Formats: sequence, structure tokens, C-alpha cells
Amino acid sequence: MTVIEVNNLVKKYGAFEAVKGISFSVNKGEIFGLIGPNGAGKTTVLRVISTLLTITSGSIKIMNYDLSKKPNEIRKFISYLPEDAGAYKNLTGRKYLTFIANFFDSKDTKEMVRKGIEIADLDERIDDKVDTYSKGMKRRLLVGRALMTEPKLAILDEPTSGLDVLNAQEIRKIIKNTAKQGTTILLSSHNMLEVEYLCDKISLIAEGKIVEEGKPRALMEKYNSVNIEEVFTKVVK
Amino acid sequence: MSALGNIISKELKELLTPSAIIPIIVIALIFGSIGSSMESIQEGLEEKPTLGFIDEDNSKLSHVITTYLNNNTDVIFNSTDISDKSIGLDKIKEKDGIALIVIKQNFSKNIFNNSQGDIQLYWIMKGGGIFDTISSDVVEGVLYSSSQEISKILIGENTKVNSTIALWPTKRIDTTYFKDREIGLSPSTISGMLASQSTFMPIIIMMLIIFAGQMIISSMALEKENKTLETLLTLPVKRTSIVTGKIAASAFIGLLFAIIYMIGMNNYFQGFSGFGQMNLADYGLTLSGQDFILVGISLFITLISALALCMLLGTFAKNFKSAQTLVFPVTMLAMIPMFITMFFDFDTLPLVFKVLLFAIPFAHPMIATRALIFDNYLLVISGIIYVFIFAVITISIVVWVFKTDRLLTGSTRRKKFKLFGRKI
Repeated sequence: MTVIEVNNLVKKYGAFEAVKGISFSVNKGEIFGLIGPNGAGKTTVLRVISTLLTITSGSIKIMNYDLSKKPNEIRKFISYLPEDAGAYKNLTGRKYLTFIANFFDSKDTKEMVRKGIEIADLDERIDDKVDTYSKGMKRRLLVGRALMTEPKLAILDEPTSGLDVLNAQEIRKIIKNTAKQGTTILLSSHNMLEVEYLCDKISLIAEGKIVEEGKPRALMEKYNSVNIEEVFTKVVK
Repeated sequence: MSALGNIISKELKELLTPSAIIPIIVIALIFGSIGSSMESIQEGLEEKPTLGFIDEDNSKLSHVITTYLNNNTDVIFNSTDISDKSIGLDKIKEKDGIALIVIKQNFSKNIFNNSQGDIQLYWIMKGGGIFDTISSDVVEGVLYSSSQEISKILIGENTKVNSTIALWPTKRIDTTYFKDREIGLSPSTISGMLASQSTFMPIIIMMLIIFAGQMIISSMALEKENKTLETLLTLPVKRTSIVTGKIAASAFIGLLFAIIYMIGMNNYFQGFSGFGQMNLADYGLTLSGQDFILVGISLFITLISALALCMLLGTFAKNFKSAQTLVFPVTMLAMIPMFITMFFDFDTLPLVFKVLLFAIPFAHPMIATRALIFDNYLLVISGIIYVFIFAVITISIVVWVFKTDRLLTGSTRRKKFKLFGRKI
């Protein structure tokens, strides 16, 4: 089943064309990675798919819902984690998760919060104010927030950004497990090892266009490379 | 550049931002305009008020008063016959005058018999603002001076008048015609009483708007600064709910603070009021329960419109610091009607100012109290309707902005409109 269907997407900021007609599709349970240099248009694509930005031209369907026409419907089953996201500083971690859980039509908000706390893995610090968290703790809380709702589509912009090696590994495992349970993941990352480890399929974006697409292993074979980083370098250069 | 110079240059660039400079300039302009207003009060005091008199007594002492009036005011009607009162009042109204003064029969005789001589004043009061009663203050001054002149005569001529009458030979009996009412008080007393009862309302409203407005603009700015807005906008919640929720919360806090301010300010004004022994209710100048409901509705709708406007401005805020600058236009829109309604009556303003004041939504609850005291329901209800429409339009614009890219990118482009088959 196709969860994301992007057709000839164009996004302009005034005269500047950030995304120049890209198309791709992602199936249920897949982890799809968008990779590319800074300013390539990855975050713009993620923001458009997460209903934050409007489409200049082209079309996007999420679970067969037209994004331009039914953004409110789409918001019910997506979850977006921005790269530099924050949480309400005056709330504790637990209260923040509860605040978010209350927006969803779930009969068991407590279970949703419990899951968020489990993913965030902040122990007793979950009852401290977000203001007192380190960057890594805040990121873990936000990952917990993004995945606790068991979204059909999780859109993660640099999910391990700001995390140390151990925490990053933990988050990758959680993402992998979430996908196994049927959640489709669309992510962007600068970490090529992460992309190689996590993604079933990747798209390389440069200057607003998809320049290469495929399974990580297949791309490595195609470009006779030992890892995705090398593929990335060869394609972008 | 030296290290010190480098630091000073950086600090100056950081400190001299529009948010720091604009308020200082505008405050200077406000003080300038207050200065000009005081100058116009001074000019008003120097202008001769237009009036008429009927000297029924036609005696030496009454002539002291009429001479003073002739010398210090613009007398457009005079008579010695009380039956000319109606003609005199009509002429004064026609010439935009302010009073008809009647020196009663037996004025001199009463004084010499150790009773005060009666002076009946029929005032034509146009507005209840402090500035509106300047002319009547001038007339009161002239009458006081003429009374002192009579005292000099009584003392100088060694009359047998007792000391109390010699010092206070005249007694004023005031009747004021104001907005189809006949009130047994002088315009300055009425104006003072109205001011003591309704001055604090504009101040409270101004504080409420500024305080609640600042909260909502800062809330929007903090959502952006703390990077929580993006998450909020991707949650399954309607944009209308986000906008309404923010406005409702700020309105609640704003009203809470307004009540606290109101209690404090009410005590403050009661402490300073010089009209403790008088009550507007004794002269039928009071608000009914229905009037209070209308003032409440006007205040609530105005608060909502102010918050909607602030939220719209808040969409422009990039961070908390820039939010402080954005509060400024709202502060001005709250302060201007506050000053105008404190000093002037809406009815006596020139048409252009009336239109401008009516156009400022925050002015309506400030106008409402005094308007309702004089049963001007049309002004209050039309004001409520206007502010309601303003609030609905502003909230709709905010919701529309929330549906565009404006919040995140600064651009409001949503879709191209087609006109006659062409994209524009």
C-alpha cells in the first residue's frame, strides 16, 4: 500500500524555487530517507508533506488523501519531528507528552503518554521541567512525542541530531522497531551511516531535484562504492 | 578599530533597534501633543465666552456684575425683563453661547438686608469632557470677581451689612441644560462628577488592552522562538481552535487582571474624588443594570478584537524581542482614545475626530459609560456592532494567515487566484 505519493512537487518561496518538481512514493512500513547537501530542499519537502507549507504546484497524496484538500484529515495520522524542534519550557516532560496526547482521539491517553515516556527514557527526569533538560534529553523527549501516537506516517527531520552515539543508537533502534510495527517513516539525515542502517530506500536531493533514488545496497553497487557516503559524494559532485 | 571600540560598536548596534527607538520617539510626540493641548486650554481660558444676561434688579450692585460681564465676556443678549428668558436662551443657543445669567429682583435689597443676592445661571452645556467646560469656568471666574467687587463696595462704604454677607454677598443658583436634561448643578461640577465616575474606565481599558495584547503577541513570539509552533501546526487541531484557544486564554487572564486593577483604581479615585457628598444618581445620571450589561458586552468584544489584532501582529514576530515592538501600535491605539475620552465629550468633537475615534475599536467601551448615562444607546449599540464586525474580520484574517506559509516563512502566498482565466 502506498502511504506517500509525491508527484512533480514544486515549492517556491517568492521567486526562489526550493523544490523543482520532484516525485517519489513510499510504501507502508518502509523507512524512506531523503539525503542531500545543506539547502538541497530536504526540509522543505518534509514540511510540505507534514502540512506546514503549501504546495506551489504538483500534488501529494498521503494515505490516498489529497494534501491540499484534506490537511486536517492527514494530521490525524502523521507525526512530524522538526530538526530544531522545541518543547514548552514551563511544562515537565510528562505534562508535555500529556498535552500532545490530548489532541488525539485516543481512548487511552495514559497509554500513549506511557509509551512516550518509555521511548524518551528519561527516568525520573520526566517530571522535571523541560527547561532543565540537556539538548539530548530534549531530543529524546521529542522523539518520544513523535512516535508515542503510533502514527501511520512519521516524518523525522534529522531524528538523532544533537544526540551522543549511545542515545543515537537507541533512537535508531526505536525507529526501526516502529517501522516493523507498520509505521511508515520518512526521514532526512546528514549521517550517512544512519541512512545506510535505517533506510529501505533513499532519494538523493541536490538543488531541489532528486538526482538519484534506490535501495542503499543497490546504489552502492551501482556506483561501486563501499558506503552511502561515497555514493553521495559521487552523485553530488 | 580597538577592542573597546569594537565592543561599543556592537553594543550600540544591538541596543539601537527600532523596538528601542520608536517608543522613545512616540512618547516624546505624546508629551508634545499633551503640551499643545495644555496650550489650547490656555487659549480657551483667554477666549471671551458668549452669554446673555437679564438684570431684573437694575441696581447699583447688579450693575457691578453686568459691567464685569460686559468687560470680560461677549454679551449677545441683555434685558431687564424676566419674561425675555426664553428669547434669551434661544438666542444664546443659536449663537453657540454658554449661559444666560439672571440677576434676580431684590438682589441689592437682599444684600443690604443681610441676605445673599441671588444670581440664577442657566447654562447650556455641550459636552461632559474637562475641555468642554473651560468657558463655564471663565464665567464662574468673572462672577467671583464681580462678587469680590461688591464686597469691596460694601466694606468701603461702611454699610451695615454683616461680615459674612460682606465677604460672600452673592449666591449662585445653577441650572444646566445638558443633553435634553435639566440638572441643578454647574457644568464644571457635572463634568467633575462625570470625570470622577468615568475617567478610570478608559485607563482600565487601556491597561487591559496593552496587558492582554502583550501576552498574546509574546505567546506567538515564544512559540516561534522556542520552536514549538511547527509541532503545534502539525497536530490534529483546527487552526480556528489554535487561534480561539490563544485568544480565550489571554482574554481570561486579561479580564482577571482588569478586575484586580479595577478594584485598586476604584479605591484610588474614590480617595481623590472631591464630590463625595454628591451622587450622580440623585440627578438621574446613573447606569441601569441594562447599561452595565452593554458596557460589559462592549468591553468584552473590544478585548476580543484587541487580542485578534495582537495575534495578527504576533504572526510577524520573529522572537520575543521583536514582539515588544509589535505591541507598540496597539498601545498607541489604546492610548489615543483614552486621552481623547478623558478630556473631551464624543458629542462635542469635530466630525473628522468623531469618525476617527469611532474607527478605533478600543475607543468604544471608553465612550460607552458616558454615552449610556445620557441614554445614547444608538452610539453604544452601533459601536458594539462595529467592534464585533472588526473582531470577526480580524479573527478570520488570523485564521487565514495560520493556513498560509506566513507563520513559518514570512510569505502569505497560498494559491494563485484566477481572474478571467488568468492567474494573478
